[in-house]
Amino acid sequence: MTQIDFSQTPSIDQVSVEERVARLNTRSIKKSAKVHGLKLALNMIDLTTLEGKDTEGKVRQMCYKAMHPHDELEGLPTTAAVCVYPTFVGLAKKQLGNSGVKVASVATAFPSGQSTRDIKIKDTKFAVDNGADEVDMVISRGEFLAGNYNYVFDEIAEVKEACGNARLKVILETGELSTLDNVRRASEIAMRAGADFIKTSTGKIQPAATQPVTLVMLEAIRDYYYETGIMIGMKPAGGISTAKVALNYLVMVNETLGNAWMNNHWFRFGASSLANDILMQLAKEASGVYQGPEYFSKD
Amino acid sequence: MRQITMSTKTKNSGVKLEFNKGWGYQPAPESTDHIRLEKKYGHFINGEFVAPSSGKYFTTYSPSNEQVLAEVAKGDAKDIDKAVKAARAAYNKVWKKMAPSERGKYLFRIARMIQERARELAVIESMDGGKPIRESRDVDVPLVAAHFFYYAGWADKLEYAYPNRKPESLGVAGQIIPWNFPLLMAAWKIAPALACGNTVVLKPAETTPLTALKLAEIIRDSGLPPGVVNIVNGYGDAGAALVNHPDVDKIAFTGSTNIGKYIQKATAGTGKKLTLELGGKAANIVFDDAPLDQAVEGIINGIFFNQGHVCCAGSRLFVQEGVAEKLIRKLKDRMETLIVGDPLDKNTDIGAINSKEQLDKINSYLKIGSEEGAEMWQSSCAVPSKGYFCRPTIFLHASQSHRIVQEEIFGPVLAIQTFRTIEEVIEKANNTPYGLSAGVWTDKGSRIFNLTSKMRAGVVWANTYNKFDPTSPFGGYKESGFGREGGIHGLSAYLKIS
Repeated sequence: MTQIDFSQTPSIDQVSVEERVARLNTRSIKKSAKVHGLKLALNMIDLTTLEGKDTEGKVRQMCYKAMHPHDELEGLPTTAAVCVYPTFVGLAKKQLGNSGVKVASVATAFPSGQSTRDIKIKDTKFAVDNGADEVDMVISRGEFLAGNYNYVFDEIAEVKEACGNARLKVILETGELSTLDNVRRASEIAMRAGADFIKTSTGKIQPAATQPVTLVMLEAIRDYYYETGIMIGMKPAGGISTAKVALNYLVMVNETLGNAWMNNHWFRFGASSLANDILMQLAKEASGVYQGPEYFSKD
Repeated sequence: MRQITMSTKTKNSGVKLEFNKGWGYQPAPESTDHIRLEKKYGHFINGEFVAPSSGKYFTTYSPSNEQVLAEVAKGDAKDIDKAVKAARAAYNKVWKKMAPSERGKYLFRIARMIQERARELAVIESMDGGKPIRESRDVDVPLVAAHFFYYAGWADKLEYAYPNRKPESLGVAGQIIPWNFPLLMAAWKIAPALACGNTVVLKPAETTPLTALKLAEIIRDSGLPPGVVNIVNGYGDAGAALVNHPDVDKIAFTGSTNIGKYIQKATAGTGKKLTLELGGKAANIVFDDAPLDQAVEGIINGIFFNQGHVCCAGSRLFVQEGVAEKLIRKLKDRMETLIVGDPLDKNTDIGAINSKEQLDKINSYLKIGSEEGAEMWQSSCAVPSKGYFCRPTIFLHASQSHRIVQEEIFGPVLAIQTFRTIEEVIEKANNTPYGLSAGVWTDKGSRIFNLTSKMRAGVVWANTYNKFDPTSPFGGYKESGFGREGGIHGLSAYLKIS
């Protein structure tokens, strides 16, 4: 066995990727297919608050929303998880109890990742020790762009070790990677270093998740699955705020990775305002008329 | 540090992705409520719809459900003669003398009216021809309008296309078009002919007459002087009458190579100017450094666009052997997601085969390919029980001498071969009587230029396929025909340049 050369990852043609996305977006999702898709999307959300001004009260409210998105409508699923800073993990864990909603924590000097390896590991362990089911780490984009791929690989592998049983989502921060070739390369590094999920963005950098970037990552997951038999999850995060766009993403997953990925164990949306737009659409499908935004709780 | 390898081949041959099992899309049919079709259509001659001289009509069906759509006048030599006379009169009395900028205005007006009625035209095109609404809506009709806009702009600038020379119109152009892009081919023919100052007699294909008749309505409503455009429907005998009519100055034909050869013989020595756009058997070549997922998309677009009823379809795939296994796996996965069915459903990727005759021909090639020893693979998609449909099909391990590699099938059937060296693939790609188009997929720019300069094909696409634009010339080498349509090159087919 030889050491992998990450400079040799498959090339990506951006123009064709964008054309493929445009074609996927022509899929027309109506009636029961739409309701099914919207419920699935709701169930895939990592309901997120990652702000300096976060308070315990806000996290508590968000946890309730995750478990009870809109009690007026029957048969709604919970969201997949809540996603918070490490300091709120303990509180969220307590609030969510045995609801099945997972606690995801960002770690490793989120969002910039500009810190030492030691601190990143400690950050991760703190989150896991407080009960995080999932850890969302950021890669060192500076090292990646400088071509120090093995540095990035080693860091992910160490964080994975620190995660113990928690599932690791590796944020590539694709808005800083500049090319789709780099997105593919970073995906390869993350998957091979032990990521359980690859994730587009922190939500703090623009552009955050885009469909072309997500498609390239899904294709990387597909190739890795065929090569190793190992499934990797995918999480686009940031900027997905409407039900229509969420359905576009689901179509992309459905036609790239197929049925096995169409659940919240393998696909997530990192989002905050998306949930209410989905609820609004579901309420419209149920009653036939749109309700105003104030009929849905803003947590 | 962990030691790992990155293999280019699939190790876990048992690993497989599953499509079409969970979340199914509901039918999303485009509405046909707004479509107005007459029960009977006459010929469009001298600005009005007239009954055929023989009194005979033929029926046009929807190939997706075999329903009758309309009765259409069946033209014969008398009708053709009437149309040519009308075109000649319009040419002499009005069109030849009109200021070129005025001619351009009519073309701009027709282009705008096509845009205004785009939805109606797209729906009828899909009903009558069987192509998916996604294509008629997003490709055919926008290109139709674009062609009229483009050539409208040339109408008063012909002298700038040929500096220091004198371009003059030819007279009456006889134009015969096929059933695969009924309205688009009408636009490719009519727009440059009118821009150059000619008048037109158009003979559409007998399985797809309706959108040309809708175009006739638009032309009538645009106020174009009567007789400038005449449309006579009918079968091959009407086409032959047009080709052999002594008062026609120019024949433009798009269709099969056999008929093209007949036309060339028939027009030899008559002084008629001729352009032919005929069949093809294009090579789509994928090198091992190509972006594979995107190449797969290009292969799909190359062969399954319009059910493969495309003269420039990428019907022969050459894959460099190192990536063949991986690419074919990706291709199969992608084919599993193709939806075959109702052309009017917005989610349909592959619509109906244009006619029973064509479906029989495609099916006979499926049999031939299997008998020749190639390995046939089809997607597992559901296919409607009524109408003419064919599953997307690939043949693995095809040989250069197989008929499925040499002959134009004109259906959703792809023959796959592998290659080792660039010399080998150039030789094999050119080893065909046709030469209309080709595709090359590689990350290396220098290889693109090397290869494209050696391909004997009229159009070579690099890292894309089936891209059309009115500004770009289109036409063939060898038995794929001669003359160019589109772009500045498309003008000279309709001009005498002295």
